[in-house]
Amino acid sequence: MSTMLKLSGVSKTFNAGTINEKVALNHVNLELEENDFVTVIGGNGAGKSTMLNAVAGVWPVDEGSIFIDGTDVTGLPDFKRAYLIGRVFQDPMTGTAADMQIEENLALAYKRGKKRGLSWNVHPEDREMFRERLATLGLGLEDRMKTKVGLLSGGQRQAVTLLMASLQQPKILLLDEHTAALDPKTAKLVLNLTKEIVESNHLTTMMVTHNMKDAISIGNRLIMMDEGKILLDVKGEEKANLTVEDLMKKFEAASGEEFSNDQALLSK
Amino acid sequence: MNLNFGNLFGAFPGGIAQGLIWGFMALGVYITFRLLDIADLTVDGSFTTGGAVTVMLILAGVNPWVALLCALGAGILAGTVTGLLHTVFDIPAILSGILTQFALYSINLAIMGMTANKGLPVDKYKLAVTSRNINSSILTALLLTALVIAVLYWYFGTEHGSAMRATGSNPEMSKAQGININTMKVIGLAMSNGFVAMSGGLLSQYQGFADINMGRGAIVIGLAAVIIGEVLGNALLGKRMNFAGRLAFISLGGVIYYLVIVIVLWLKLDSNYLKLLTAVVVAIFLSVPNIQAKMKTSFSRAGKRSVKSSREVSE
Repeated sequence: MSTMLKLSGVSKTFNAGTINEKVALNHVNLELEENDFVTVIGGNGAGKSTMLNAVAGVWPVDEGSIFIDGTDVTGLPDFKRAYLIGRVFQDPMTGTAADMQIEENLALAYKRGKKRGLSWNVHPEDREMFRERLATLGLGLEDRMKTKVGLLSGGQRQAVTLLMASLQQPKILLLDEHTAALDPKTAKLVLNLTKEIVESNHLTTMMVTHNMKDAISIGNRLIMMDEGKILLDVKGEEKANLTVEDLMKKFEAASGEEFSNDQALLSK
Repeated sequence: MNLNFGNLFGAFPGGIAQGLIWGFMALGVYITFRLLDIADLTVDGSFTTGGAVTVMLILAGVNPWVALLCALGAGILAGTVTGLLHTVFDIPAILSGILTQFALYSINLAIMGMTANKGLPVDKYKLAVTSRNINSSILTALLLTALVIAVLYWYFGTEHGSAMRATGSNPEMSKAQGININTMKVIGLAMSNGFVAMSGGLLSQYQGFADINMGRGAIVIGLAAVIIGEVLGNALLGKRMNFAGRLAFISLGGVIYYLVIVIVLWLKLDSNYLKLLTAVVVAIFLSVPNIQAKMKTSFSRAGKRSVKSSREVSE
């Protein structure tokens, strides 16, 4: 097993030196093995999304280094490390270009991190593969490949974004509360698609979620964050046997305070 | 008032020729305004730059077609400056365009040898387009427009062009797909201003002079053409309109805009009010979609509904 992602001593402070100063990541160390599927939980402002954004390269980190599959990406902006990373965002509008057709979006994703030349964007020989992959979503989108993505529902767009993120095998897949903006039924559908896509492509995955039950039931590893630090890191057997109550007790023991996240409590 | 319809129809071919030239410019404006979602004010300056470069080169003995290509290059340079101000130095796009346009005023004067107006002895040269031969000018302008539409249709269907469209549609998604959106914006602005300057070169040949103020308000005229073309295209073709059709209608929008001007002039209205008229028309068309949205939902409507329903309850 090789290390797919390595964060060592990563720190990020927003609005440094102002009254709104916020230490979002505080010397975070983390290593993900190949094929790890890690769920990340924690209260609001715990640093979950910040950690994902640090890996994605949304802004430069203040301290520490980030390696993806052995490559030091700390000095690369998001678009330059995109060839290693698949991303799905919380807002279903963010992951796709609304003004472009489904197949155009897929073609853009199929070229992720590669040179974009002056040949036709949607290569005729790729179209059949796109159709087959769309069919696996089970949403009937394979018959609507020329439809503009802006006409799809949030759940459909999230499913397309998932497909786009995995079309060009990423070294790591980052899912940032990608079901939080969906209704419960659609959220479940997208979550099941996520499991299928991660398993069939053997993807190393990090998924932020507010739903403790999902966090426990999905993946082989669970991380709990608080105040920019990793409080808890459970794997394998130990994780499989976790309950939501265990998780809350562990949080209290580790942080010395009660777990006070309404959303997390309500969604158990 | 004595209105002669013969005069009106006599003025139409000239109007069509100039409209096609402005429509050519509108295709450049479309790239930034619709595809990149940037209102680029560079064009007021780069249009004049194109005219100035073309006239000076022709006077220096350069072939008029080669002069047009040089105008294209000058416009590309101007757009690149705006793009770099915006992407490298993070100046808002609209302000970057204003800065370049402002600087171009001096540069355009310098190109024309510090005179505000430079005439072209039209009979001495074999020009690409000229008001002396309106019919052949219309044909030339039509062929050029068709060529540019073909090039744009091809480019924006390629991997590179699609990445540019994605940049305008969703910058976040584009970055996640490994697209350098800054590079895309610079290339788009350069391309757009290239076409705009070439259009300025065409107009200076057609009218036989370059003038320091010939580009004033070009962005508004370009927007007018884009909007007229889109409204017309949607009305006539609706969902069947593809990208090439859209571009053709934008060019047609330029022609319609210019024919309206011909009619306004024929009505002997004071041409000094033309800019006011154009601005009003563009403002109306830009606001129509927003007003339509407000017709469906707004605070004042919600308030009225609330008053009505509470009255019903009390009755």
